[in-house]
Amino acid sequence: MQFDQLLQYTLSGLSTGAIYALIGIGFSIIYNATGIINFAQGEFVMLGGLLTLSSLELLKLPLWAAIPCSVAFSTVIGILFERLAIRPLKQPTPINLVIITIGGSILIRGLAMLVWGKDTHAIPPFSGDTPIPVGGATILPQHLWILAITLIIIIINKIYFYHTISGKAMRACAYNRRAAGLVGIDVRRMVLFSFIISSAMGAVAGIIVAPLTMTAYDVGVMLGLKGFCAAIIGGMSSGISTVIGGLILGVLESLGAGLISSGYKDAIAFIILLLILFIRPQGLFGKADSERV
Amino acid sequence: MKKLTILISCLSLVLMTVSLSCAAGTIKIGGLFAVTGPASFLGEPEKRTLELLVKEANEKGGIGGQKLEAVIYDTMGDPTKAQQLATKLIKDDKVSVIIGPSTTGESMAVIPVVEKEKIPLISCAAGIKITDPVRSWVFKTPANDHIAAEKIFNYMTSKKQKSIALLTVTDGFGASGREQIKTLAKQKGFTIVADEVYGPKDTDMTAQLTKIRGIKPDAIICWGTNPGPAVITKNVKQLGIKTPLYMSHGVASKKYIELAGADAAEGVMLPAGKLAVYDALQKSDVQYKLLKGYDQSYKKSYGVESSTFGGYAYDAFLLATGAIKKNGSSPEQIRNGIEHTSKLVSISGVFTMSPKDHNGLDLSAFEMVKVVKGDWTLLK
Repeated sequence: MQFDQLLQYTLSGLSTGAIYALIGIGFSIIYNATGIINFAQGEFVMLGGLLTLSSLELLKLPLWAAIPCSVAFSTVIGILFERLAIRPLKQPTPINLVIITIGGSILIRGLAMLVWGKDTHAIPPFSGDTPIPVGGATILPQHLWILAITLIIIIINKIYFYHTISGKAMRACAYNRRAAGLVGIDVRRMVLFSFIISSAMGAVAGIIVAPLTMTAYDVGVMLGLKGFCAAIIGGMSSGISTVIGGLILGVLESLGAGLISSGYKDAIAFIILLLILFIRPQGLFGKADSERV
Repeated sequence: MKKLTILISCLSLVLMTVSLSCAAGTIKIGGLFAVTGPASFLGEPEKRTLELLVKEANEKGGIGGQKLEAVIYDTMGDPTKAQQLATKLIKDDKVSVIIGPSTTGESMAVIPVVEKEKIPLISCAAGIKITDPVRSWVFKTPANDHIAAEKIFNYMTSKKQKSIALLTVTDGFGASGREQIKTLAKQKGFTIVADEVYGPKDTDMTAQLTKIRGIKPDAIICWGTNPGPAVITKNVKQLGIKTPLYMSHGVASKKYIELAGADAAEGVMLPAGKLAVYDALQKSDVQYKLLKGYDQSYKKSYGVESSTFGGYAYDAFLLATGAIKKNGSSPEQIRNGIEHTSKLVSISGVFTMSPKDHNGLDLSAFEMVKVVKGDWTLLK
């Protein structure tokens, strides 16, 4: 095995992994605030990409303007989703909520198919597509954008959750909803916030990957599942462990496809998911919760 | 007595008009297309093409003085549904010929029905098992995948490329292509040095390509439909792989170049059905006029580009109406007419059927093309 091949596998894996991480964090933020797994998360990834495409082609916006425009619009859809589908629920048991998010994801995907059709669409890369050599391997400028934007979002997240009042309030909700409500935190508003943050993050993920992977009405399904795997590996934390989970997943997939067989690429992700759920359900880095009676 | 004569003459008049209206009756053509569902990219252009052709034929006075009527049902890509609807077309609508279904699975499900009821079926699906072995009432219009593969191999022989790295998608199209390429490679003396696959929704194939780069084959053949091949084309450029890259006929549309980007797609070679590249054809090509006419009238009616898939329904329509003109409009006559089709110029190629060949296309159905500056150029 040559070194440059290994390096290429790792680099490819890291850049795909960064995307999984970004989507995974979206899952964990909502999970922590509401206790549900939002299976519509992947659809925001799709919306981010396709709305950027529309902003570019229909509104004729330049790329730097199309991106915030698309993130804002996806966020509005996230808010509507929370308002119309999650909040009115009379009995918000986790199973009901999970089924609603699955239904929501099918609805959003169906609408997207009607609006944008079934074709795949391409979005231009942010800054050219001349490969950058890295010691025998190559990466694209877009990969650097993905890594950089993921890093920035993680830092912003960290600051928000640990150094602002509303971030701390959201963590309080995650820790104990009833207690948080008793000390005067508006839990329902925190739930709305969590949907805002995660739909915006999903959209950003969708936009930064679209130049590499292209986008279509159904890209959310697979990316959503991979993001979910990343979140599970990271033990549903909204911090660094989900990021590491995503990166591990990306690198293992890429190494598996390169060194073992490309036929097992997707199987690798789901085998890891199952192993984690069986052996370490608290995540790779989490401490097991000790339930006190 | 006088009354009786009047009655008889009246009756005979009625009978005459009845028999006249029978002669000028309509010929019913059944259509089974996956208009919605996962295979709608096939079914939708097929349905539109058939409707367009029937309308045009009726405006010109029908076929041999008889009007045509298309009865089209949506199978949603579901074999069970296709089978039920085929029975409905035959029993209730009493069609003389069925065009479709759009996919191989549906076609296989419909075959027992038409064989039993003795109604000719012209399938728009590509699977080789539809017409191999030959069944007396079943025909198909898309060329077999191995013809496209053979076209690539012939070109590779002329360039003295011997070792092949395969990269195929893990769906029906890719799996069938992979099998046929492997068999053909063995027959023709090529060696397959890498046999990699990717999922239809995969977004990064650099791992597979890095492995292929390490093996250093003479050529890479990728078998899939968009968007996978476009991603692969981008990845090949990213990794700086200089090995010639061949694609299948599955991406022979401008959409592929648009998705991959003209820059990355530069130099990619593939066998293309002539409809996709008719601009680049010689004006003297026998199919040129027909291809141009179809593309333009399709664009005019529906506002979108015509596609190879719609062309399959076009072929089926020409085969059926050709047989009706020549033989007559009973199912038996249509079947015999189609089987004896000779040198019928159509969209997918020039059809010559025989009792042993119910597809009727050969290597001339495809042209090898190369992407140059974002457009197709014919390879000689």
